[in-house]
Amino acid sequence: MTNTGKIQIHNLCVDLGKFHLREIDLEVAAGEYFVILGPTGAGKTILLETIAGLYQADQGQILIEDQDVTSLPPEKRKIGFVYQDYALFPHLSVADNIAFGLKLRGVSHAAINEQVETMSEMLHINHLLHRNPRTLSGGEQQRVALARALVVEPRLLLLDEPLSALDPETRQRLQQELANVHQKLGTTTLHVTHDFEEAVALGDRIAVVHEGQIVQVGTPENVFQRPASPFVARFVGTRNIFQGHIQGTDGDGYKEIAVGQIHLAVVTEHEGAVHVSIRPEDIILSQDVLHSSARNCFQGRIIDIADRGTIIYVTLRVPPDAQEDTATDFVCVITRRSLEEMNVQEGKRFYLAFKAAAVNVF
Amino acid sequence: MKNGVQDLFANRMHVLYLMLGALLIFFVAWPLLRTVTSSSPSILLETLREAEVRRAILLTFYSSALATLVAFVCGVPLAYLMVRIDFPGKGLVKGIIDVPIVVPHSAAGIALLMVFGRRSLLGKAFGLVGLKFVSAAPGIVIAMLFVSLPFLVDSSREGFEAVDPRLERVARTLGASPWAAFWRVSFPLAWRSILSGMILMWARGLSEFGAVVILAYHPMIAPVLLYERFESYGLRYARPVATLIILICLATFIVLRLIAGQERRERGEA
Repeated sequence: MTNTGKIQIHNLCVDLGKFHLREIDLEVAAGEYFVILGPTGAGKTILLETIAGLYQADQGQILIEDQDVTSLPPEKRKIGFVYQDYALFPHLSVADNIAFGLKLRGVSHAAINEQVETMSEMLHINHLLHRNPRTLSGGEQQRVALARALVVEPRLLLLDEPLSALDPETRQRLQQELANVHQKLGTTTLHVTHDFEEAVALGDRIAVVHEGQIVQVGTPENVFQRPASPFVARFVGTRNIFQGHIQGTDGDGYKEIAVGQIHLAVVTEHEGAVHVSIRPEDIILSQDVLHSSARNCFQGRIIDIADRGTIIYVTLRVPPDAQEDTATDFVCVITRRSLEEMNVQEGKRFYLAFKAAAVNVF
Repeated sequence: MKNGVQDLFANRMHVLYLMLGALLIFFVAWPLLRTVTSSSPSILLETLREAEVRRAILLTFYSSALATLVAFVCGVPLAYLMVRIDFPGKGLVKGIIDVPIVVPHSAAGIALLMVFGRRSLLGKAFGLVGLKFVSAAPGIVIAMLFVSLPFLVDSSREGFEAVDPRLERVARTLGASPWAAFWRVSFPLAWRSILSGMILMWARGLSEFGAVVILAYHPMIAPVLLYERFESYGLRYARPVATLIILICLATFIVLRLIAGQERRERGEA
């Protein structure tokens, strides 16, 4: 595996009337999987299309592998592009779709066949080569689009919401595929999405885009733990996101995940290193151990109470006496009435409980 | 299919609409059928043997095909630009292209005569290279071109409009120049609409009378010949020519539609 394509973007400005980008500064390391996260209409696609050369920058510079490509047409930039809705050529078979870029480069017939074969095997679509793209499922189409972009060995892979049009199950599988392919090929990847969990699962680093500007760059943990602005905090949402490792089943159809010093019961097909998230509103706060259908119940110490009017965010440290760096801090949401009835105060010990099904693994 | 027939009579509204529509169908089909069956095959054959008639029919086909070719070369690129680029004055360009549909064709003939006539600047310039329009085949071609080009341009435009611009963008990122992206992606995908526009334009050119007759009464195209026979000799003599023209036009039209339909099926769009 050889890592490709360091990218540097300096002071990039694009004005398309309705959408614009302002003073984008970005550096992506060779072989990095970089996610651009932002709400719809933030200018993410424009940024990607400008890097691809489909829009001309009004100002600024784009360098790929230290080569200034700012004024190069897209066909000279040696990049791959995948759109949300696949954009497969409907008049060509799957094989011809994948071979499109190779044919333009004048690659010999035999070499084309071989490379198409290799790439389609890697993406598990070799049984579809003779089919018309219109007859494929969404997941299959996106694999073909990926193969088409990757077979020309681009320096840089640009993915525009590649998973957003897929159903949850397919999305999950393709997300894994993206990670695998990236590991195998080491192609520098810029992945645009509005889905925070997708960004956390795939990104080495994340840039949050808002109204045509980059408002924060950092590792996924960094972005959700220390949002740089109220917008980022709101967009990312208050939620409990932890890294963990799946330990195996406990026999009842649950799996256990080691998170910090505790083990969570979850329901998942995943294996190995994963992320989990639990919505604050799914966590029940109680004074005593809760005997209920909730598989997860822990004692914690309240370390923070954030008053947001009718709703109050309470942060508990689990286990209660752990140091900050080894503890797992859960945020849960309660009403003002609960706060007063249970006499919730900082430093007090409470139990928190949530169902295994409330834990989202990704 | 069986359901389709039942649905036609499903309620009173459908039945009423069916009756109203049938009136139109009869209105078109009846006179055509009447003309086609009015002349016996032997008379038709005899008419076809006349050199004058054969010449006129061939000239009509040939001129309309040339006009279609010219419109293809200049009109398809124009249609593409109109779809892909938001240039200033696009509305005006669209309007200009469609004007020939609303201008009376004899008026179009007069307008062309003013510009391409013997004493006009353009007429003189073309005269220098031996190309004359008045009472000559090139005049027939430009008259047909003028009145029928909207069909090809509009149809091509619809064809390109149906092609997702992102397909071209993907092609560009895969290494295609603007030329390659056009010829390998946009053109093949719009081809069916372009072809059907060409067929429509060609058929419309065949039937042109008003504009042609003003620029070039001679050499005679089939509609002009028909008109002359009617004026000079009456209905009886005009009828076989009319029958012949209708039959030939119908036959070619059907054949071309079949070809276009087959193209569609081969690409799995049935």
